[in-house]
Amino acid sequence: MTLSLLAQAGESASPGGAIGLLWLTIALPLAGFVVNGWLSVRRSRAKAVVSFVGPAVLFASFAVALAAFLQLQGMHAEAPIVQRLWSWLPVGNFRIDLALQYDQLSAVMLLVVTGVGSFIHLFSVGYMRSDEGYARYFAYLNLFVVFMLVLVLGSSYPVLFIGWEGVGLASYLLIGFWFNDKANADAGKKAFIVNRIGDFGFLIAMFLLWNAAGTLDFSGVTAWASANPGLAGSGLVTAIALFMFLGCAGKSAQIPLYTWLPDAMAGPTPVSALIHAATMVTAGVYLVVRSNVIFAMSPVASTVVAGVGALTALFAATIGLRQYDIKKVLAYSTVSQLGYMFVGVGTGAYVAGIFHLVTHAFFKALLFLGAGAVIHAMHAAYHATHSHADAQDMRNMGGLRKMLPVTWWMMLLATLAIAGIPPFAGFFSKDEILALAFARGAEQPVFYVFYGFGLLAALLTAIYMARLMAMTFLGTNRTGAEEQKHLHDSPPSMTIPLIVLGVLSVIGGAVNLPHLVGGHQWLDRWLEPVLKPAAETAFGRSLHGPEGSTEYLLVAIAVLVGIIGLVIGFRATLARPVPTPEAAPAERGFARVLLNKYWVDELYDRVVVRPFVWVSRALLWKATDKGLIDGALVNGSAWLSRSVLGKAGSLLQNGQIGFYVIVFLVGALWILRVMAG
Amino acid sequence: MTAFLDSIGYGDWILHVLVLLPLVGLPLILLAPERLAKHLAMAVATVEFVLSLGLWWHFDPAAGMQYRSTLAWMPQWGINYSVGMDGTSLVMVLLTTLLGPITVLGSYRYITQRERAFYCLLLAMITAMIGCFIALDLFVFYIFFELMLIPMYFLIGIWGGARRLYAAIKFFVYTFLGSLLMLVAIVVLVWKVAAVTGKLSFAYGDVLSHISAAGDAAPWLFGAFALAFAIKVPIFPLHTWLPDAHTEAPTAGSVMLASVMLKIGTYGFIRFAVPFFPSVALSPSVSALIVVLAVIGIIYGALVAMVQPDFKRLVAYSSVSHLGFVMLGIWGLTLQSVQGALMVMIAHGLSTGALFLLIGMMYERRHSREIAAFGGIARSVPILSLLLTLVAFSSIGLPGLNGFIGEFLVLLGSFGRYPWATGIAATVVIFAAAYLLWAIQRIVFNKLDKPENEGLKDLSVRELVVLAPLIIGIIWMGLYPAPLLRRTESSARQFIEYAQPGRSSAINPVGVEVQP
Repeated sequence: MTLSLLAQAGESASPGGAIGLLWLTIALPLAGFVVNGWLSVRRSRAKAVVSFVGPAVLFASFAVALAAFLQLQGMHAEAPIVQRLWSWLPVGNFRIDLALQYDQLSAVMLLVVTGVGSFIHLFSVGYMRSDEGYARYFAYLNLFVVFMLVLVLGSSYPVLFIGWEGVGLASYLLIGFWFNDKANADAGKKAFIVNRIGDFGFLIAMFLLWNAAGTLDFSGVTAWASANPGLAGSGLVTAIALFMFLGCAGKSAQIPLYTWLPDAMAGPTPVSALIHAATMVTAGVYLVVRSNVIFAMSPVASTVVAGVGALTALFAATIGLRQYDIKKVLAYSTVSQLGYMFVGVGTGAYVAGIFHLVTHAFFKALLFLGAGAVIHAMHAAYHATHSHADAQDMRNMGGLRKMLPVTWWMMLLATLAIAGIPPFAGFFSKDEILALAFARGAEQPVFYVFYGFGLLAALLTAIYMARLMAMTFLGTNRTGAEEQKHLHDSPPSMTIPLIVLGVLSVIGGAVNLPHLVGGHQWLDRWLEPVLKPAAETAFGRSLHGPEGSTEYLLVAIAVLVGIIGLVIGFRATLARPVPTPEAAPAERGFARVLLNKYWVDELYDRVVVRPFVWVSRALLWKATDKGLIDGALVNGSAWLSRSVLGKAGSLLQNGQIGFYVIVFLVGALWILRVMAG
Repeated sequence: MTAFLDSIGYGDWILHVLVLLPLVGLPLILLAPERLAKHLAMAVATVEFVLSLGLWWHFDPAAGMQYRSTLAWMPQWGINYSVGMDGTSLVMVLLTTLLGPITVLGSYRYITQRERAFYCLLLAMITAMIGCFIALDLFVFYIFFELMLIPMYFLIGIWGGARRLYAAIKFFVYTFLGSLLMLVAIVVLVWKVAAVTGKLSFAYGDVLSHISAAGDAAPWLFGAFALAFAIKVPIFPLHTWLPDAHTEAPTAGSVMLASVMLKIGTYGFIRFAVPFFPSVALSPSVSALIVVLAVIGIIYGALVAMVQPDFKRLVAYSSVSHLGFVMLGIWGLTLQSVQGALMVMIAHGLSTGALFLLIGMMYERRHSREIAAFGGIARSVPILSLLLTLVAFSSIGLPGLNGFIGEFLVLLGSFGRYPWATGIAATVVIFAAAYLLWAIQRIVFNKLDKPENEGLKDLSVRELVVLAPLIIGIIWMGLYPAPLLRRTESSARQFIEYAQPGRSSAINPVGVEVQP
């Protein structure tokens, strides 16, 4: 691997040190993938090696990331540091290098991915140990991290796209990890194909951008946009931003492309925590922030982003109210929380979006791992008693607080964080998004609506989370008398990650503590160099956070909403005993609509999937290809020539190859003779 | 490396040897006992490949047409055996020689009867295909073009599947019809040029430099050339011979057909049809027609592929889709789109070759090409399943693998000129994922519910050796295509220059040279 450290305009050369070793963060998990992949094919019983290599490469990668971060902190770099690995697509004036870009934004993402990723890898050791595909699992998980890091470290849109599609591949493989069950394989396929609809948008955005800017490097695009302030508000920039957002909507599961994410819960639970909560699904938010100047130049596109985010936040939260599968509740919750992040970045509050991305990574990863610990215990219990009951259905749980105390306490911290109770992490990030959306309303009143949606979604979030906690951990146990004896907390490899993430869910808000409580908004200042281009646009300059009494009022409302939601959720759930799945009465009215997720999947199936298959099969293949072209034209003309030419025609049908050759040679020679004259 | 090759006069003899060597193998195989046939063929194909490898280093990317050589043949008629090689020829010849040993080794178990005849035909086909890519005399090109058909006809007709005769005849009549038209066009064109220059010559350069002699006949002549090549590509709606031929052919035939022979169609457009008649080819109406048909092919091929119950037929229709990208890229006429078209030609050769080989290996185990005959085989044959999935993703166009490179460049480069057509073509990223992942799921994943699939043997060492070069190529080309791009760049620029006199360098839609 050659590291040519040539800097271009708007980039800094690599300073060496830990930052110079940045490629190691990718190379280490890649090595893990190779080792585990080889083991999975050749030595699938070598579990001890897998248990070591799988998480170790991640922790090592995390250590490099941490060292690089500390180095960057001491540098006050204004421009991104770019490391060119090799020339990838050199075609005339279109030149894309495989290059890594390290700046404040990549640094944050790198820490989240490797940090949270490390603990999820560790958790997986306990969770997946008894699975026969243990090595294969870690190979895929390591591979995911490789692509995720390419995504956050790539220095141009095409390189980011390698990671972008690569994480899709890893996600596909991990969702369908237990491929014996057709439903799981279906879910993996659906995730990839729905994501591809978004990728189509991303591709078009790249083509538009290249045609307009003549470059696809991040620094080049930023320089182009900053040099052409007249582009602000133009149709071109809006088109680029909207097509790019289509890509984000796919990857980050926003309306109308969110339907793959709940199905993705078919994968092992740590996968849900890592890929479908903490990292991959936030890639869309990252892309918007990475392209901040493009979005800031198009207030229209930004409004669409915020609007879709707000609508998704509310819509998904309503569905979360009525799910019984513990992972499905969390899945809709993730869709909803991603919506918040888009409200943030659509408002122009890019820092708030990233802030929520970070805190969400902590508490949602914790919630999923906690759910994993619960499912793990439930599985063990049902396995011991040979029961086939659903280990993920919350109606089979209840009262687990006593059997799984560590899990209970940690999940409770995460619940308080996601519900927006101070001083837990989620409170600060969610409050910042809502407050800034409200502030944007002064200029664009539609943002008041988005604020309202966000507030309502916050209420519902607190309700469904309280419902989840109450049904799972409180009340009387419904697992079964015999099964109860087998329910217990997980081994340390699983509880340690829970505790670490629990701590982070409590103190995570510190990364951007507002002045209101004596903080210094560290993240705001840290990301300033990355967000400067957007901040200098009219859209960026027009955003002012609320001050004085308004600020206090907004905080008070947010806190109140969270508390009310929790109280409603706990009280309503505990008011009457939860019926087991078998005894549950049929849902009615709106509850039935919610349980069936508004029948969106069914709608897509009828309106999109089936018509496409029908058109392809009946109209294109059978009617056009076989009927019209082959039947009428090709075979028809063959029939015609046979009947017209008689004996000569029958020679054609017999396939007398010699006849052809003679005809061809005689004909050719005759023509030549004529020509030669 | 180059110094060593120069010391043995490599540049002087290599093209002649590449054409002759397989033919030298024919009498050897015919005289040897039946059981030695495959080994002899393997030896010949391997030597051929090893010899051709020197071109990779010896070829000068900066120079244009090189290794030119002309032997007098029928000078009184202006026909000479004239050959040469530019970047486009280079990569296509290397693809052909690479697939030589792969297809031979891949047939070791598949072909059990009339082995001598089989391997002779395969080697003859390699000669013909290489000849096509290096011919610099229209008559010589025509001879090789026709010569290619006959072995393929027999490969399908003798060693093919159940409907082999129908497929073989359909293949032959279709392509023969086109090439007959081309022959007439060649002769008329040469005649017209001769009328101006006073000298009868089939030489490529002579025709190209006096192409204005075509005069009013240009549209007709272009039409004849275009039809011959369009059938070969194939362009919708001239594609229906392809699914039958692909499906019925034995593995080696399918691989050669898909990986190399289809490209002779697109190669023909790049080498002859467009440079000879740029004003016709790039007239608004013809451009519109080609681009629309290319985009229809891209989408139509993908959608029809999606509903095929036969896996081989699915891959055949996917070829229609991929080759549509090549046509779009050629007509996109920017350095990016033309380079992209060349990359699609190579990438499709690697991926589809690997897919057909894998299907052949599955067929040898289960004697079925039906997707429904499989299911859950990741349990019984994990390595085969892994490679099948990898190759499928390369065909889907996953960035980091080979398929992405060409498709991305074609779309990027064509977008400025044809934004709507390119936008529609780009939707295929969705359909490609749909048809391949659906098939992969039904073959590799789901429950292993058929007892016949339980005891299947995983890939043997021989089969791994057959696939390894293609798999390495798929990953290597996806991550580091720069060496390929460097070697084809000058020929792509040359093509654009021929096609659009006066606009030689890369066409940047906004005219900004970002960096030198």
